[in-house]
Amino acid sequence: MDNEKQHLFDDPKNVKRLLWFLYISCALLFALDFVIHRHVAHSWENLWGFYPIYGFVGCSILVFVATWMRTFLMRPEDYYDKDDSIDIDVKESPVLTKRQVKDEQHTKLGDYDVDA
Amino acid sequence: MMWMPELPPFALFFIGALIAAVTRGPLRGAIMVAIPIIGAIQLSMVPEGLHLQFAFLDYQLIPYQVDRLSLMFGYVFHIAAFIAIVYSLHVRDTVQQVAAIMYAGSGLGAVFAGDLLTLFVFWEFLAFTSVFLVWARKSQRAYAAGMRYLIIQVLSGVILLIGALFYAAENGTLAFGYIGLDGIAGWLIFIAFGIKCAFPMAHNWLTDAYPEATPTGTVFLSAFTTKVAVYALARGYPGTELLVYIGAAMTCFPIFFAVIENDLRRVLAYSLINQVGFMVVGIGIGTALAINGAVSHAFNDVIFKGLLFMSMGAVLHMTGRINGSELGGLYKTMPKTTVLCIVGAASISAFPLFSGFVSKSMVMTAALENGFDWIWLMLLFASAGVFHHAGIKIPYFAFFAHDSGIRASDPPTNMLVAMFIAAGLCIAIGIYPAALYSLLPYDTGYNPYDATHVLAQTQLLFFSALAFVWLNLKGLYPPELRSTNLDFDWIYRRVCPNILQRIFSIIWTVDRTLRHAFLVRLDRCLTFVAQRNEGVSSLLSRTYPAGSMVMWVAVILGVYLFLSFVQ
Repeated sequence: MDNEKQHLFDDPKNVKRLLWFLYISCALLFALDFVIHRHVAHSWENLWGFYPIYGFVGCSILVFVATWMRTFLMRPEDYYDKDDSIDIDVKESPVLTKRQVKDEQHTKLGDYDVDA
Repeated sequence: MMWMPELPPFALFFIGALIAAVTRGPLRGAIMVAIPIIGAIQLSMVPEGLHLQFAFLDYQLIPYQVDRLSLMFGYVFHIAAFIAIVYSLHVRDTVQQVAAIMYAGSGLGAVFAGDLLTLFVFWEFLAFTSVFLVWARKSQRAYAAGMRYLIIQVLSGVILLIGALFYAAENGTLAFGYIGLDGIAGWLIFIAFGIKCAFPMAHNWLTDAYPEATPTGTVFLSAFTTKVAVYALARGYPGTELLVYIGAAMTCFPIFFAVIENDLRRVLAYSLINQVGFMVVGIGIGTALAINGAVSHAFNDVIFKGLLFMSMGAVLHMTGRINGSELGGLYKTMPKTTVLCIVGAASISAFPLFSGFVSKSMVMTAALENGFDWIWLMLLFASAGVFHHAGIKIPYFAFFAHDSGIRASDPPTNMLVAMFIAAGLCIAIGIYPAALYSLLPYDTGYNPYDATHVLAQTQLLFFSALAFVWLNLKGLYPPELRSTNLDFDWIYRRVCPNILQRIFSIIWTVDRTLRHAFLVRLDRCLTFVAQRNEGVSSLLSRTYPAGSMVMWVAVILGVYLFLSFVQ
């Protein structure tokens, strides 16, 4: 693929298509519940749409709770580094291009490779 | 080749590491790739039974013992070592490469250990070799994380040793078989295994150290340490009900942290705990089906979690970034990595036809069959959750989402080949699980592909995806933010140091006050005594009149005169 070419999801239509595929699949899967006879081990499995609803509600609750957890768990990125004066220069290296990454690795590896 | 089955698998890796240490360049690469291949061939010829034993003091030590359980882990460790070595072929760093092979060897030594003392030795070897994979990142942060990792791992080993000594005293043998939770020894060894298995509240060494390791180092790390612990639990504590509850907690709590975590390799570290949770539940249930499920899930997890860590390692290697907030749109220039990552994501999410499905469903079925209804619901929730954070979040924020403008290309060929092998295995096991099942410790005749299971799992996953889409479109999905999220390690990284600091500052203040008070008292005493004798020419007065001084000089001179006469 070329860099500045139009890519698959640059076109909003393709995103729409993917979403519609998902919606229709979900509808079909839900409908299959009424067609396929399942052998159940748990009484809840008898409920129509148990798995779809459980998945949807479970994930929504997961996200809401996790978002709420942020209110008391989130700290600045350098939270643990703050009090240690030695930890000042440990930030993730700034954005590197591929070449720079490679170059850096080579210089790093050069003084590290203590081969015989 | 007759001698080969006699050579324990770890010995091959240690010898290989020695040879790799003194060679370089392509030769070293060839040797490193050859080690797991030779090891696997050798392992396929090994019959079950004791292969090496000798007496040490009063005990019989068995450094090399083979049965179906250990063989299963032996095979997957060889596969993992092979894939990770191929993935790291471009690395030119002797310490890291040698440490990685020794680490893989230690993992093999631990799963083929027939007694607790040998297990302890390899337990510690695992810690000391793997920490170099963290330190090899050569940042201050990695150094500190590695240090914390090492302390916790060594602590686990020490507890294991004490437990083993108690065990020997209680049972008169060191043989590593079923241990169970009666007696001090059982509990100590359980705690030691639990620390390495990342039980809740002992899990932060994993989420702390793994994301700080090198891109290639994390791939090794994800394969061995926790799986050795799973193996040890499967051998020592099958059917221990406590494990069911611990495992269920492990499947559920990390997914909340994973959803809000920004560092994508840390997200994977949390989901590693989540997957190990499924295995721990299986071991806790302890039926043939459940143990099979736990072991086969460990087998599959090594491969698909390795694949995910490899794809994120490739992203880190090529872009220098790993935070979800800084990535996005990489599918445009890293299409192969994207597809391979999605295969790993589908496998960990347990989509039908991918490897996770054929093993995870065994644990879930076993939970239902044995009346753990609430546990089953928790596992179901965790299954939906793992798809949410590992299956969707990882590929979405790295490769899609908003375009970060980064135009990094696909990683070097060796990395792609390694990922391709792992992805191939994920799909192969998913399509033809019978091959995997034939290696399992028990024959249960389980078939994952019946309409009920497939439909239920597909519904669960598709509607989880629907939830993700809905939340995203509504803007309710938490954005990726540059942040640190507090976890249990806050207790020992912040609270304990702060409390200690405060206690010491109190002690110092009290100490200073007491000393000061004492000095003041002493001074007052002296002043008081001096005042009492003020003005009088007595022994303790402050001032002496010149007259009395003259008198005393006269007395001394007189004594001199007297003494000279005496002589």
